[in-house]
Amino acid sequence: MAAQVFAYIVHKNGVADDTALELVSAARNIFPDTSPTAIVTGSGTDLDGVCNDLAASFGEVWKFDHEALAYPNAEAIRKLLMAVLPADAVVLFPHDTFGMDLAPGLSIKLNSVFVSDAAGFEGLDGNNLKVIRQEYSGQVSTHLMADISAGAVINVRPGIFQPDESRSAGGQVVDKSSKIGDLSVGRRFLEVVEAEAGDVDITKEDILVSVGRGIEDQDNIEIAEELAEAVGGVVSCSRPIVDAKWLEKPRQVGTSGQTVKPKVYMALGISGSFQHMGGIKGNPYIIAVNKNLKAPIFQIADVGVVEDLLDFVPVLTEKIQEGK
Amino acid sequence: MEILVCVKRVPDTAENEIEVNRDGSDIERDDLVYSVNEWDNYAVEEAIQIVDKVGGAVTVVSLGDEDSEEIVRREMAMGANNGILVSDDAFEGSDGKGVAAILKTVAEKGSYDLILTGAQADDGAGQIGGMLAAMLDLPYASVVNSIEVVSDSQLKVGREIEGGNQELNEIGLPCVLSIQTGINEPRYVGIRGIRKVASVDIPIWGAADLGLDASNVGQSAAGVKRVDYFVPEFGEGAEILEGSDEEIAEKLIDLLKAKGGIK
Amino acid sequence: MESVLISPAAATVAGIPTIIFSIFIPLVGVAIFAYIMFRRIQPLVKAAPDERFGCIGQRIGLTLKIWLAQWRQPRYLLAGIIHIFIFAGFIILGARSTQLVILGFSENYVLPGFSGIFGQVYNVLKDYAATWILIACAVAAVRRGIFKPARYAVPPRYGKDHTAEAIFVLGLISTLIITESLFEASLVAAETQKGLHAAFPAPLSLAWFFSHMLSSSSQTALQNTHLISYFIHDLTFFFFLCFLPLGKHFHVITSIFNVFFMRVEKGNVKPVRYRISDEQLDDLDSFGVKVFEDFTWKHMLDFYSCADCGRCSDRCPANAVGRPLSPRFISIKGRDYAFQHYPLTGGNGAEAKPLIGDIYDEDEIWSCTTCGACEQECPLGIEYIDKMVDLRRGMVDDGLVPQSLQKPLGSLEKRGNPWGKMERKRADWSKALAEGNDVKILEKGAAADTLYFVDSISSFDDRMQEIARCTAQILDAAEIDFGILGKAEKDSGHEARRFGEEMLYQDLRDQNAEAILNSGVEHIVTADPHAFNALKKDYAELPPVEHISQTIVRQVQSGKIQLKAVEDPAKIYVYHDACYLGRHNDVYDDPRQAIDSIPGIKRVEMTGNCRDRSFCCGGGGLMLFYEPEEEQRMGVLRVEMAQKSGANVIVTACPFCLVNIEDAIKVSGLEGQMEAMDLTELIAQHLVSVNQ
Repeated sequence: MAAQVFAYIVHKNGVADDTALELVSAARNIFPDTSPTAIVTGSGTDLDGVCNDLAASFGEVWKFDHEALAYPNAEAIRKLLMAVLPADAVVLFPHDTFGMDLAPGLSIKLNSVFVSDAAGFEGLDGNNLKVIRQEYSGQVSTHLMADISAGAVINVRPGIFQPDESRSAGGQVVDKSSKIGDLSVGRRFLEVVEAEAGDVDITKEDILVSVGRGIEDQDNIEIAEELAEAVGGVVSCSRPIVDAKWLEKPRQVGTSGQTVKPKVYMALGISGSFQHMGGIKGNPYIIAVNKNLKAPIFQIADVGVVEDLLDFVPVLTEKIQEGK
Repeated sequence: MEILVCVKRVPDTAENEIEVNRDGSDIERDDLVYSVNEWDNYAVEEAIQIVDKVGGAVTVVSLGDEDSEEIVRREMAMGANNGILVSDDAFEGSDGKGVAAILKTVAEKGSYDLILTGAQADDGAGQIGGMLAAMLDLPYASVVNSIEVVSDSQLKVGREIEGGNQELNEIGLPCVLSIQTGINEPRYVGIRGIRKVASVDIPIWGAADLGLDASNVGQSAAGVKRVDYFVPEFGEGAEILEGSDEEIAEKLIDLLKAKGGIK
Repeated sequence: MESVLISPAAATVAGIPTIIFSIFIPLVGVAIFAYIMFRRIQPLVKAAPDERFGCIGQRIGLTLKIWLAQWRQPRYLLAGIIHIFIFAGFIILGARSTQLVILGFSENYVLPGFSGIFGQVYNVLKDYAATWILIACAVAAVRRGIFKPARYAVPPRYGKDHTAEAIFVLGLISTLIITESLFEASLVAAETQKGLHAAFPAPLSLAWFFSHMLSSSSQTALQNTHLISYFIHDLTFFFFLCFLPLGKHFHVITSIFNVFFMRVEKGNVKPVRYRISDEQLDDLDSFGVKVFEDFTWKHMLDFYSCADCGRCSDRCPANAVGRPLSPRFISIKGRDYAFQHYPLTGGNGAEAKPLIGDIYDEDEIWSCTTCGACEQECPLGIEYIDKMVDLRRGMVDDGLVPQSLQKPLGSLEKRGNPWGKMERKRADWSKALAEGNDVKILEKGAAADTLYFVDSISSFDDRMQEIARCTAQILDAAEIDFGILGKAEKDSGHEARRFGEEMLYQDLRDQNAEAILNSGVEHIVTADPHAFNALKKDYAELPPVEHISQTIVRQVQSGKIQLKAVEDPAKIYVYHDACYLGRHNDVYDDPRQAIDSIPGIKRVEMTGNCRDRSFCCGGGGLMLFYEPEEEQRMGVLRVEMAQKSGANVIVTACPFCLVNIEDAIKVSGLEGQMEAMDLTELIAQHLVSVNQ
């Protein structure tokens, strides 16, 4: 089939998000020979840099430059996409807070199916696309069959597909700004309130010792701090720890927290939900310590220890201190 | 303000070990306990707090089987004024769009200024709010973590975005919002609270009541169908270290040194 | 007898007979006092009902012991002794004061029965009583004004210091004593001067000193002293009487009643509302205490009776670790609220405001572990646990429950345990027992003589399962035919009830009671004091319940259980009293005896902090889930106490104590120096199999 594949590019400060090239791989997982079209919206000079850089990886790069698109307001961009996309388009978004905001509604407007948070594709059978998703916080997976005969809007889980670095598409930037129609919508962006900066910047650390629910008690955070000190890293955490106010928000790794790019990531008592893993970039070496062998973290980690962290970590810390 | 909150009855992941049943057609449902989807509960609390401040009424609707009445009642015990159960065999197997289409007809039977859903539920799709808004042609904001009523026709809402930051928007009413956990502190509902509303009548609406053509919803109309459940092959990822704590620690230290994990 | 001085009943000042004053002052004084008391009783009339007229014998006993004999006073030695002297003096001088008032209008009046030898003895006694009161007042004033013991301090958030009121009252008492003595001494001095046979004041008493000081004064001076001291005494007496119900000295009037009506049974919790059966609870519009008038009249009387002595807060573990709770101010704030909303003049009971958010706050009320140290200490029989539970019931009813507690409460409702673990895994702990030690599950017709009620924490917590296994081993060794309920067992609901979730508790109770009665067992044993207390005090009509320590002692005595010599004689053991075993159930000796029956074991005591003065480990059940604001953990303080006692092994007899104390040892960095273990573990370790 010859559906045209589009990938929406999230970018910031003139640089495309890691998900841009992941979406190329995801598209090829569905249609092996496709060269998807990138859709880049924004305003001003930053936009050209993003578009030009992407041209090598996409069949085409559609540029939409408009003042009203300076901040990615999902409502406005949905209106734009409704007007410019062909009827049977297959549109990919990263499943982040922007994709979640925009994509479900777009599928209604384009009258195509919507697949949320796709974690894998297992081929096309006629018009039926077989998709892998996870449910129940990643405790079980499921296969879905999506009928894409009338196109599809698919949110792809970030970090699942290897970015396509081949830069082999050799596409070009097409300025579609003239197609932009009325962008007035019922929702107006006001401002972004930045999270308060903490005493450490976990986004710049090479070694993170990250704790999750398995730490059980605020006082046990100390166990992680001691290990972090021994290896020369800092302590980060998953969302429940921040919700419990055991650590400050700036320490949180995940889609609703910080995005980190360490070399080594030690996940202590972290189950490994995708919201958490979504905050880890750059393919670090992941060590998981969790007493539950079924925890999804073991599927993502490079090396695993099936033990109660409260028992194991002090032993590890001591051994490291001995060796120093 | 008239507020409609869409709630779902789900197996609580904190209190269940979710496993796939023998033939992979479903999760193992024996021994499961259910509760209202956590995100939806925050949405109901938020709706009640808004009504407490500016007046109006909260209506809770749940689409599901008869058992879902239990969670509608629970949310009414919390303080929602009205409850509706939407249930019909014809609805079974609906995909996201089907669910949104059913809820759309519910929304249209009333006159709501604000429609809330949870940001996501057990399937983690997070799609109903956005679809419902698009079907109703209403403005939408997802993952909302703060709501401030600015005027009769406008809200100021915060969205939780990447990096722990918050995106502030003005949004016109009526609108649809999907609610993130942590937006408030939901009140406790005990057995006594539920008993107090035990005799409250909760209407059950089927396809006919909603004027829905059964062929447009349910399994047959679904563009997205679930084929099976499975547990991903284990072991593709982590190499599990074996031995005593001391032995594992030593192996791990060697690995850490090799990967630059010890400074 | 012709008196040498003109008595107040006969004197005239500037032509006015003083009898007018001595009639007028008491009349006005009594009238004002009666009016104040009438106003003070108003909130009690509007209060929730209470049941305090049962067990009269026990109540009289408690009144004689705690009120009259001041039993609890010497627990704080100096303050206690000072108080006993003042209290005894007041009791003795009560008769004299009455006589004095009447003397004002009836010359030479003698109280009935005081004319003979009894009267003479009394006169000696009252002279000494007056003297020791004055000395006690002086010591007390120095103590409060100069040394300022820490427990009287008022933290800024609770308002202003209370020292001034205390000193003022000591001044009033001293004035009464001095004027009474001067009144008597002036008469004695005058009679002595006239060479008459004088009623001799007791040697070295205040009146004796005064009479010597006045011996050379003129008759006029003595006459003036006599009259002036009388009227100062009269005025002060009635001023003091009317002043009592205005502050912390209200206890002088209310204490006898408060002690008479105090808690008779321990460990129990008051019903949601007296005279409302469980079945009628659904008809109640509101649960618990939300506004002041929801308190029972006894609980209001508690507020009136608080003497601000600070003993409750001094022993309160929550207060000790800096949680936002001080029981003393629960009472003081309650009293101030009553005084403010039921003022002496004007309308009564201004519009009722919710107490939470006004005088109390949520964290304050959730901070209590219900350990009972405050109630154990209070010399006036003031109750706190039921107030906490009632206030929590009110918060639960309004949905004001911290998120950290909502999860476990929800899990208790759905799964019967606060962790939300699956019911069918409740007996999994027994799978790790050695072969031959299989535990019978009392289902499908399986029967046993004794039920081992495990409760949630020992069933599900990895570490505490060891307690369950050791308990099973001990019961096996004693050849007791026992079984467990398995998945039919639910959480005892002990904490659910004390955290104000009465309906959830009743639900759990009903399920457990049915399962227990259906099992047909004759006895129940448990190793969890919270379950022990629940089954014994909260549930009704169950077979007799025993704590495992009691079973051990009995079986050691009967020879069924034999224990070998202590494994490591270098270890020094100390027993930590669990609140729900000790204070709430008076089981102090059995666990100690059980430990001591291990030959060669060395055991010490945390002197001053053991038995009914044990210090709570941090609380059990739902308290494990609650995240209080605190500066440190209770367990850490407890471990420090154990360390000071010279012990290196802390023996607990409660799984929650073990959780908290093991944690505290880690937090204090004392791993390797201190260890904690449960009594069942210690005993199981030293079991000698009879067959060996």
